[in-house]
Amino acid sequence: MAFVNMKTKEVQAKIVFYGPGRGGKTTNLEYIYKKFRERIPTEMVSIKTHGDRTLFFDFLPFDIGKIMGYDVKVQLYTVPGQVKYDATRKLVLKGVDGVVFVADSQVEQRKKNVLSLKNLQENLATYKKSIFKVPLVLQYNKRDLTDMPLLPVEVMEKDLNSQLKVPSFEASAVTGQNVVPTLKKIISATMASLQNVLK
Amino acid sequence: MGSNHDDISFSDYALRQDQLDSIEEILLADLVDHGANNVLLIDMAGNIIAHKNNGQCEHDIYSLAALASANFAAVDTMAKIIGEQEFSLLFHKGETESIHFSKVSSDFLLIAIFGKSITLGLLRLKVADAINKILKIMK
Amino acid sequence: MGSEYDDSATFSEYTLGPEQLDSIERVLQNDLIDSGVHSVMLIDMAGNIIAQNDNGQCDHDLYSLAALASANFAAVDTMAKIVGEEEFSLLFHKGESENIHFSKVNPEFLLITIFGKDVTLGLLRLKVAEAIKKINEVW
Repeated sequence: MAFVNMKTKEVQAKIVFYGPGRGGKTTNLEYIYKKFRERIPTEMVSIKTHGDRTLFFDFLPFDIGKIMGYDVKVQLYTVPGQVKYDATRKLVLKGVDGVVFVADSQVEQRKKNVLSLKNLQENLATYKKSIFKVPLVLQYNKRDLTDMPLLPVEVMEKDLNSQLKVPSFEASAVTGQNVVPTLKKIISATMASLQNVLK
Repeated sequence: MGSNHDDISFSDYALRQDQLDSIEEILLADLVDHGANNVLLIDMAGNIIAHKNNGQCEHDIYSLAALASANFAAVDTMAKIIGEQEFSLLFHKGETESIHFSKVSSDFLLIAIFGKSITLGLLRLKVADAINKILKIMK
Repeated sequence: MGSEYDDSATFSEYTLGPEQLDSIERVLQNDLIDSGVHSVMLIDMAGNIIAQNDNGQCDHDLYSLAALASANFAAVDTMAKIVGEEEFSLLFHKGESENIHFSKVNPEFLLITIFGKDVTLGLLRLKVAEAIKKINEVW
């Protein structure tokens, strides 16, 4: 539910990083914040527990410049990944314009990725949105890990992307590998879906 | 590795069974017996530490606890943004049911759901009493 | 399964032209800022800022505030539903010198005001109610 301000020529769009707990959603935002510090005038907002787990969301407003004459601001959010936070997770999805699903590449997390994606589908449906239509990008995170068995990318594609068929990236939020390409992809997909209105 | 334990939250606090029993007694005697419908002691991550109700509540207390901790944290963050240390009062009033939040310590919140059978004034007094007692037990 | 979904309309169901936004900003200025409110925002439930005004002495992080306010409003609203209430009537947080007040304008919009000691809560509520009435007349 992006908002276009015809008066100030400004667009605000909401992009949500979704995925299982400890998958690296917050780390994605932290990397983006560090990388583009000079373009983000405010502090990143993180509502987290004492144990450093996301409790409600992280929030990062990101000014991406002019598109078709409009000053475009994307608001990046994360959801809490832990299963028990479904009630709050659902709230963050309200009005979402684009989703990055951050999957955890570790073998032992395989099932959690699938469950979380299913949860995304269910929660989108409560807002009458289809996971097959919402702008969506998959990110297979933690590819940098060397001391843990990782799922082959083909397996993750099969598990998560065989029906969706959306762009996907192998990434490492910790090192920053493919974090920015993931972001660029979801921004362009989101903008493409909004473009008809801007014309 | 830590990532196995997604659903387990490790806390800085440890409460023994006898402490939990005493806390539940306080929730019952100080709050539920005075007309509060449902009382939860939760931690800042939304985990339920102790709860008591009047036997007539079927609220989804797990969602309630998650939402309450998120609500509290969001309000706290808003306070910081506008330059306040914290906001003093968190109370939501409905037609028949209301919710009252109190910070017990930096780790815990006390959530009381109450209706018309207790006034806000009395509830506040009782909540303050209960918090004092709970803090003594936690020491 | 397409028919029950409405993603083609990713955009807000409301559209506001420049004249309407001008009128709304005038209301925010005349009814609230001129009455002593420090900062006021009209936001939608997804956390977008629709219109904003302040007394020129505020440098709050408005985008963060809007994100927090909308998410928090939704959390409170969900808690209300869980305890069987339609909605909670009052959302107001009091600080040492700055306070924040939330009002639902309609199902799509919230009005957020930040005010200090130069406006009483009573007057603020009156002014907010008037402003909401006028905003609702704009579309």
